[in-house]
Amino acid sequence: MKLTLKIWRQENANAKGKMVTYPIDGVEGDMSFLEMLDVLNEELINKGEEPVEFDHDCREGICGACSLQINGEPHGPDKLVTTCQLHMRSFKDGDTIVIEPFRAKAFPVVKDLIVDRGAFDRIQQAGGYVSVNTSGNTIDANSIPVNKHDADDSFAAATCIGCGACVAACKNASAMLFTSAKVSQYALLPQGQVEATERVQNMVRQMDLEGFGNCSNTGACEIECPKGISLENIARMNREYMSATSKG
Amino acid sequence: MGGLIKSSVAKKFAMALSGLFLVLFLAQHFTINFTSVIAPDTFNELSHFMGTNFLVQAILQPVLIFGVCFHFIMGFVLEIHNRKARAISYVKYNGSANSSWMSRNMIYSGAVILAFLALHFYDFWVPELVHKYVQSHPEDPTRYYEETIAKFESPVRTGLYVISFIFLMLHLLHGFASSFQSVGWNNKYSKGIQGFTKAFAIIIPLGFIFIAVFHYINNL
Repeated sequence: MKLTLKIWRQENANAKGKMVTYPIDGVEGDMSFLEMLDVLNEELINKGEEPVEFDHDCREGICGACSLQINGEPHGPDKLVTTCQLHMRSFKDGDTIVIEPFRAKAFPVVKDLIVDRGAFDRIQQAGGYVSVNTSGNTIDANSIPVNKHDADDSFAAATCIGCGACVAACKNASAMLFTSAKVSQYALLPQGQVEATERVQNMVRQMDLEGFGNCSNTGACEIECPKGISLENIARMNREYMSATSKG
Repeated sequence: MGGLIKSSVAKKFAMALSGLFLVLFLAQHFTINFTSVIAPDTFNELSHFMGTNFLVQAILQPVLIFGVCFHFIMGFVLEIHNRKARAISYVKYNGSANSSWMSRNMIYSGAVILAFLALHFYDFWVPELVHKYVQSHPEDPTRYYEETIAKFESPVRTGLYVISFIFLMLHLLHGFASSFQSVGWNNKYSKGIQGFTKAFAIIIPLGFIFIAVFHYINNL
């Protein structure tokens, strides 16, 4: 199929970017979206032009590296998939596809379609862990009984791959879904209780420091999340936060 | 404490609590207003009680004014912060693919309600203050019904009220249910709560519209 691509090009973090139009031919429905961009880049390189920079790694939907806003939606029109799992059969011959980087003050553009999602790493570092003494007397996690429902919810929260689609989809560029998933995966387990009070306060504080917006419960994050992370996690984080704050 | 005040979660929590308080007020306001349709004498009695009772005037009214001011000011503060969080807008943003119009435009429906409140205060609250405290008329428990229905002689005013109540409906359709999520109430009862909040968001504004149109038609 023949397509018209409108792609955000930006030389570097400080340069002023702009949309550039590229016609592309010979795109097959079985290609992934990233493979289609690979084809475009080969053509650009053959013409002596600068290829379009975009993030990718596993191309299996588990690393969270690919991060494109496609036709106004993070990871494109299909639900529960990352950009690498989006196939060109989701588009029609003659379509125009607008491709932009994830937009948020906390996700500055590095080049073209690549954004710096280090803000997520710093939120994780602020409390998204369980401190365990690994000096030889570590207790096997499986020796602590966990309610099946809690274990399932914790696992579901832990499937967040930190791609940033929640931020990209939210009209406020809020990171509440990501942060709440990382809070929830520990809040639901006995191992996470010891540091629960500090964890939620530190992670929310870091989230606010990074400059993300506020959650206004539009639910866009949940709909666009490639892993289907539930809004229940945000409610849980709100409860955990207010409870932790009341304890001091 | 300073951290709590600055926290995005705490701000949303406070926003939700003030919204829930205003929803309670709306239910009470609607109940009294509806008596103007079915029992004018009861409407006069209730209005007189609300206008002269010490607890209502000295405690509930200031709390209500604070709640209204807080909700609006916090709404605008959060909106400004949210806009700053995405300094460069998308060339293409398909919001309708993942969220409702109401949820994305709370600031606009809220702004219409704020403008309506200015009109509503001009129509009822200001004349009431002038009547009681400037002109110092003696108490008259029978005046409220006639004063109220006289306001709905104007088709323009009635039309403005109807439009405002439609925006109130849009605001409540997202805001009422959303406030439960903000205070952390998302559990097995959430579906039921969502059903109740949606019914409330539709029935109460429709009821207000009915009252305004009823008095307008009755005045013809």
